[in-house]
Amino acid sequence: MAVESAAALSGKDVVGISHLSPGEIQLILDTAEELLEVAKRPIKKVPALRGSTVVNLFMEASTRTRFSFEVAEKRLSADTLNFAASSSSVSKGETLFDTARNLMAMAPDFIVIRHPHSGAPHRLAKVVPASIINAGDGINEHPTQALLDAFTMRQTFADLEGLKVVIAGDIRHSRVARSNAFLLDKMGAEVRFVAPASLQPVDVEELGVIPFLRLEPALEGADVVMMLRIQLERQKRVNFPSMREYFDFFALTPERLDLAAGHAIVMHPGPMNRGVEIDSGVADGPRSVILDQVTNGVAIRMAILYLLAGGRSEAASDS
Amino acid sequence: MVKPQSEPVALQAVLDEAGMARTVARMAAEILDRDGDDVMLVGIHTRGVPLAARLASALKEATGHEVAVGRIDITLYRDDVGPWRPAHQQPVLKKTVLPKPIDDRIIYLVDDVLFTGRTIRAALDSLIDYGRPKAVRLVVLVDRGHRELPIAADVVGRSLETTLQEDVQVRLKETDGVDGIWIGREV
Repeated sequence: MAVESAAALSGKDVVGISHLSPGEIQLILDTAEELLEVAKRPIKKVPALRGSTVVNLFMEASTRTRFSFEVAEKRLSADTLNFAASSSSVSKGETLFDTARNLMAMAPDFIVIRHPHSGAPHRLAKVVPASIINAGDGINEHPTQALLDAFTMRQTFADLEGLKVVIAGDIRHSRVARSNAFLLDKMGAEVRFVAPASLQPVDVEELGVIPFLRLEPALEGADVVMMLRIQLERQKRVNFPSMREYFDFFALTPERLDLAAGHAIVMHPGPMNRGVEIDSGVADGPRSVILDQVTNGVAIRMAILYLLAGGRSEAASDS
Repeated sequence: MVKPQSEPVALQAVLDEAGMARTVARMAAEILDRDGDDVMLVGIHTRGVPLAARLASALKEATGHEVAVGRIDITLYRDDVGPWRPAHQQPVLKKTVLPKPIDDRIIYLVDDVLFTGRTIRAALDSLIDYGRPKAVRLVVLVDRGHRELPIAADVVGRSLETTLQEDVQVRLKETDGVDGIWIGREV
């Protein structure tokens, strides 16, 4: 194994991949490996987090991530409280911090937060003693997604070091792409960002990735092809002429996939727009690990909850 | 549940390699006497796992039959991890592997040292999440006393009179490179 696993997570929160060391990433992946087995038991539940409370604070639409966290929490026997922006007092004008302070009065041990503003989980982490887990903040990071992606890659390739990973799509607006770029760079993989110039991130060089304006050259020798959806909700103006044209130039079709390495796997964090960034034949094909990603997501979130449970008391008393 | 050592200790040998081999053979014979060879041995991580394997090969030698061997990790069932008590470093998780369904079988839980009984409590809770065994029995290489729960072993390699300050160390070739049992006493 290329990277030695850390003994523990050093902070009380997991707000971004940029804050984690390679050893901490390895620890989370190794822990998730063991927790994957819980889902195969007749009783899919262990008592490790019995008596602890998790607040799921989702200020932005989410199905997969919210369900995944909730399943992870329940499999560890934690009690869960769900707050959705539309059904809570957030829609009545309460600020994030007032919401958080009110939640703290209920003494949760963890707050899982998804927020449209980049940096919201980081700020929350500074003001509340609970462990904060970032479930996606604006266009900044989505650390649990990157970890489950790395975990899924490891199931096929054993080691992340030296892997050639293509990430294609609306990268500029993608926290998934950013977290993946941070993680893969730390673990020694090569990342290729594919997008029209209008959808490349502004700090593409700083992320340590290789930008491509066309899909075909990037696919050459690729081990992993990760397709991202066009995030129309984050775009004020349209950055390409039409969906049809986007498909013609950037969609992953069976023919294009043939340009990648013979063992290449296809990933997508969801939700998929079939016929826009990915052809159905590829999405449902033998090289697709898209549903494995969903299964693995639960184990990754269980691992983070489990590991943070160990560190919280000490870390919280520092602040 | 061995406490971390803060004081220097002198180790006193209780059992050497040959003694351990004889003890394991005798424990296997006791299992056979009691339930025959239609049992499943389940070792508790860490040293219960190689011990279960040794008992299985002793049983095979005696009967010619393969005995099912599994292993169980009790970490997620422990009463001293999790957010309600400070423990900066969570124990590393290991695999639980049960080769066959445990329903209606006689299960022998195998561990190296029986002390407070808390590990066994956790192992029982974990095991029962996998099914409903006909019976669960407990095999330990060393019973050092000082139970904190109403738990007793069915097959015991050695019973040792110990004080709470003493440290019982079981070492196995598979995990520690050497076979033997030692008691540590404060100098």
